[in-house]
Formats: sequence, C-alpha cells, structure tokens
Amino acid sequence: MDTTINPRPVSAGVEPHLHGDLAIWFFIIAELLAFGVFFVAYAVTRAFNVEAFNAAQAGLNLNLGALNTVLLISGSWCVVRSVQAARADLQVQAVRWMAVALACGVGFLIVKVIEYRAKFAAGLTMDTDTFHMFYFSLTFFHFMHVVLGVCVLTILLFKLRRGAYGSHDVHGLETGAAYWHMVDLAWIVLFPLVYVMR
Amino acid sequence: MKYKSQAVAKPYFIAAMGLFVAQILFGLIMGLQYVIGDFLFPHIPFNVARMVHTNALIVWLLMGFMGSAYYLVPEEAETELHSPKLALILFWIFLVAAALTVIGYLAVPYATLAKITGNDLLPTMGREFLEQPTITKIGIVIVALGFLYNLSMTFLKGRKTAIASVLMLGLWGLAIFFLFSFYNPHNLVKDKFYWWWVVHLWVEGVWELILGAILAFVLIKVTGVDREVIEKWLYVIITLALVSGMVGTGHHYFWIGAPEFWQWWGSIFSALEPVPFFAMTLFAFNMVNRRRREHPNRAATLWALGTGVMAFLGAGVWGFLHTLAPVNFYTHGSQITAAHGHMAFYGAYVMVVLTMISYAMPLMRGRAANSNKAQVVEMWAFWLMTVSMVFITLFLTAAGILQVWLQRVSDTPLSFMATQDQISLFYWMREAAGLVFLIGVVTYLVSFFIKGEERAA
Repeated sequence: MDTTINPRPVSAGVEPHLHGDLAIWFFIIAELLAFGVFFVAYAVTRAFNVEAFNAAQAGLNLNLGALNTVLLISGSWCVVRSVQAARADLQVQAVRWMAVALACGVGFLIVKVIEYRAKFAAGLTMDTDTFHMFYFSLTFFHFMHVVLGVCVLTILLFKLRRGAYGSHDVHGLETGAAYWHMVDLAWIVLFPLVYVMR
Repeated sequence: MKYKSQAVAKPYFIAAMGLFVAQILFGLIMGLQYVIGDFLFPHIPFNVARMVHTNALIVWLLMGFMGSAYYLVPEEAETELHSPKLALILFWIFLVAAALTVIGYLAVPYATLAKITGNDLLPTMGREFLEQPTITKIGIVIVALGFLYNLSMTFLKGRKTAIASVLMLGLWGLAIFFLFSFYNPHNLVKDKFYWWWVVHLWVEGVWELILGAILAFVLIKVTGVDREVIEKWLYVIITLALVSGMVGTGHHYFWIGAPEFWQWWGSIFSALEPVPFFAMTLFAFNMVNRRRREHPNRAATLWALGTGVMAFLGAGVWGFLHTLAPVNFYTHGSQITAAHGHMAFYGAYVMVVLTMISYAMPLMRGRAANSNKAQVVEMWAFWLMTVSMVFITLFLTAAGILQVWLQRVSDTPLSFMATQDQISLFYWMREAAGLVFLIGVVTYLVSFFIKGEERAA
C-alpha cells in the first residue's frame, strides 16, 4: 500500500489514482462510519416512533436548512474550481474560488447559529424528546466538522496565496478538498433525513 | 543507546517487572478466592487482593511509561535528558511510596489506613482504582510534575518530532486527568461522573497517545521505514482514538444518573472505538512488511505486532461486545467486563511496555539485541502469556454470558451468589490459564539472564 503519494503532475491522469493523501481517506472512511452509525440509529428509532418524530420535525425551519444545503453544495463546487485552477497554474482564480468556498462555509455556520438560537429561545434541548436529541446531536456533530473544515479551507487559502500549489504540486490542496467534500456529503444525507423526510 | 542519560530508564523497567510479578501473584490469589472464598482469609481478604492486583498493574504501567519516556524523549529530541539525577531521585520516591502503600493495604484494615493517613482532611479514598491514601496521591502528583518538568525541558531544548510531541501530550494529559481523583463530591452521580475522567480518559484517551507514540518509535527503529510515513499514521490513529474515546466516555454514563442522551452518544461513539485499534494493527503489520532492514531484535518486532492485534481484540472487539446501551443494560458489571478488562489491559498497555522493554533493554545493556537463545525464550514467554490471556478472556466471557443469563435474563433469576456457584467451573479454568500466564512471566524474566552470542550495539 502506498502511503506517501508524492505530488503528481497533472498530466499523469491516465491511470485512476487516489486524489489527496491516503491518510485523509482513512480518516474520511472513519468519519463517514461515525455519521453512518448515527444515521442508522436515527432511522431505526424513527421507524418505531414515526408520529412523534413527524410532529417534532414539523417545528424545524426547512428554509434555513435548504439555504444551508445550497451554501455547502456551492462551497464544494467552488473548492473543485479552485483545485482545477491551481492545477492549471491560474493562481488568482484558485485563490478567488477558495475565498468564495470559505465564505460559503462561514455562511453555513452563521445560518446554523441563527437556527440554534431560535430553538434555544423556544426552550428546546437535547432532553426535550428523542427527536430533538437526534436533531441537536447530529447537527452539532456536523457543525463541529464544518468548523474544522473552515479552518482547513483557511489554511488552504493562505497557502494558495503564497503560491504553494500549482501544476507542480496539488497534493495538500486535494487532501483538504477531499475533507471538505466529506463534510458536504454528510450534510446532503443529513438534511433530507432529519429535515425533509416524513 | 545514543545518549548516556537514556540509561535512567533501566531502574524503571526493572521495578515495573517486579511489580508485574506481584500483580500476577495477587491475581492468582484472588482468582482462587473466587472459588475458595476463605482462601488466605483473614490475612488477605478478597477486597485487599483485588486492590493490590489492580493498583500494582497501574503503578507498574506508569513505571513502564516513565521508563519508556526517559528512553524515548532524549533519542527523539537528540539531546541528553535535562536531569538524569532528578529522574533517579523521583524513581526512588515513587518506588518507596508504592511499596509503603502496598504494605499499608496488607498490614492494616483499609479503614485504619484511611485514618492513619489523614483521609479525613481531604477525603479521596474508597473509590475503585483510586484507593490510594491521599498522601500517596499527592506523592504521585509530585513525582508526575518532576517527571514532566524533566522531560518537557528535554523536549523543548531538542528536536521536536511528532512522536515525542504525541508522547508529551499523552503524559501531560495523564497528569492533568489524575487531578480529578482529588475531586470527591458527596453527590454520587457527580462522583462517578468525574471518577471516569480519571479512569476512562486515561485508558481510552490519553494513554492511547502514549501507546501510539511508543509503538511508532519502536516501529521506526525495527523496520527502518520512513519517519514521515509512520508519523502520518500516528496522527490519524490518535485523532480517531481521541474523538471516539473522549465522547465514548458516555458508555459509562448509561445508568449512573447522567442525562439520557448519553445512551446514544456513548453507544455510537464507543462503537467506533475499535476503529483506531484496527488501524493500529494494520499500521504495525504494514510497516513490518515494508521494512527496510532486518533488525536483529526479532522479539521486539513480535511484541510490537502482538500489541496491535491484542489491543484490537481486547480493547476493540471485547469492548464493543458490551458497549451498546441495550446490551450493557444486561451485561453491566458482569464477568464480561472482567474479560474485556483483562485482555484490553494486557493487549494494549502491558504489551506496549513489554515491547519497549524488549527493544530498549538490550541496548541499555550494550548490545543491539539479545542472543538468539535469549530471544527464543522471550518469544516463548510472549506466546505463553498471550495464549493464556486469550483463554482467561474466553473463560471469563463464558462465565459472563452464563452469569447474565442466570442472574438477569432468566424468568427465574438466581441471586448473585447462587449464580457464582453455577459458574465456578469457568473460574477454575481461568485460574489454570492464570497459572500458565505466571509461567509465561517467569519465562520472560528468565530470558534476561540467558547468555549466548550477542551482536554489539
């Protein structure tokens, strides 16, 4: 197993290969496993309490959830464009796309805080009922991942500005991007599961 | 050995092995008391034997960690230890305090010991694993502070590697979480809640950092694989261990009066605790397969591989067996817990300390590795201890399943003691496996005295 994937030139794209560092992929698998276990626990518990869950779910703010979905998906797309620009040595574009991605991430966090504030103001906590236990647990667990993701994107942004990535080396950039896509992916499952599905 | 001051590790390792023997002897005594209740009564009652068995384990592992750190940090930092003299003074303080404490346990009733040592002034005694008199606990803090000062100074003046950083983080965490042993609120829920901050956050939190760092260090040495590769794995493993392990504390909060969401958080995150251990096994085998040199110390390599596998089985698989709240509802505090405890402590912490001793001891005695003859004996000891521990675990698991069934699941449940009578056959078999383990320990000690052709360091 190759654990030290060296910086690869862009042209070497004929064979399929793993983008980013192998270590991050182990990490991503473990993270998805954690989310997966949480999702399954939610689904199974819901199956036994469909009505109670539906009633509690009706109180969620679907619009804010949808807005956050748009923000995360757009953020992921911006990261893709940034990586593509960096590979083509278009440093200015790469920096711009990354900055927009970062803004999307920060936007997500702000929207989430607004949503939480409304919930706390309504007196809802993890102890309110099983649905809210899951709602707060899942979204907060994901929230912390977005916080970490925003930190990662910030580092990538600074490194892009310094010209650390380009056709000579996108290894670190792809590694960070892979993590951000994972954060996005987890939300794409979480949102329909917890907010939408009835 | 690259730096003269690394030699201070030697007395720590020797004392650790001495306490290891004591631990096993008391384990055998209490193992027998499970089936012959009045064995050695009133001289060594069961509760005292248990206290010595568990406390000796903790102290010898701490001795082992300290010795390992004194050996590892100077070599990683590429500088002599800040003060070898301080390390030796602390060693004697620690050893004498540990010996006095054990004598206290054995010589007087526990309540008397509490009175003599002034437990009334700052009550901390009487809690499982934290039975030490308050003055001993204060002694531990002083020794730990001196130890951390010594190593941190060494670390700060030298090269800062990932391995040394992770080790230092683990050791500081160990000291900081021990401070919760001084917090002893009247409210039993709070008491238990924070008691786990010492007990759980040690073995499923910061100790895993120490374990990972020591394993990574030995793997670099015996395989010659690039430091970069090994350090990357180390980072992934400790991140997974910390995230799953810290929130996994929740698996102790199911039934003690903590909020109900812990049943979910505890179940889900501790279900992930096997992942870092599995990664560790993959890591160890992967590195050994990719080795760039044939290190003459094959015994150390065997211990390192064994650590990965046994930690995964004992901590990972046997932990998972009873970690989900709906399962734990039945198995809580049964022999299944004991089965897990035995294999996890052996597989993760005993074995990693023995890995380090196996690697470092020959070097401190002036040779790259022991003679072939000595290594063969050491490997015999490895297999005797490991296989007998597997059997101890299997017998206790069988006892536990039967216990849960008879005492808690059955329509006509038996009382605790009536159940114990029903499962005594498994206790006898566990005791027999324990004797084989003792033979393994003796074989291990014998291997240090076997001569033969050695290769120079």
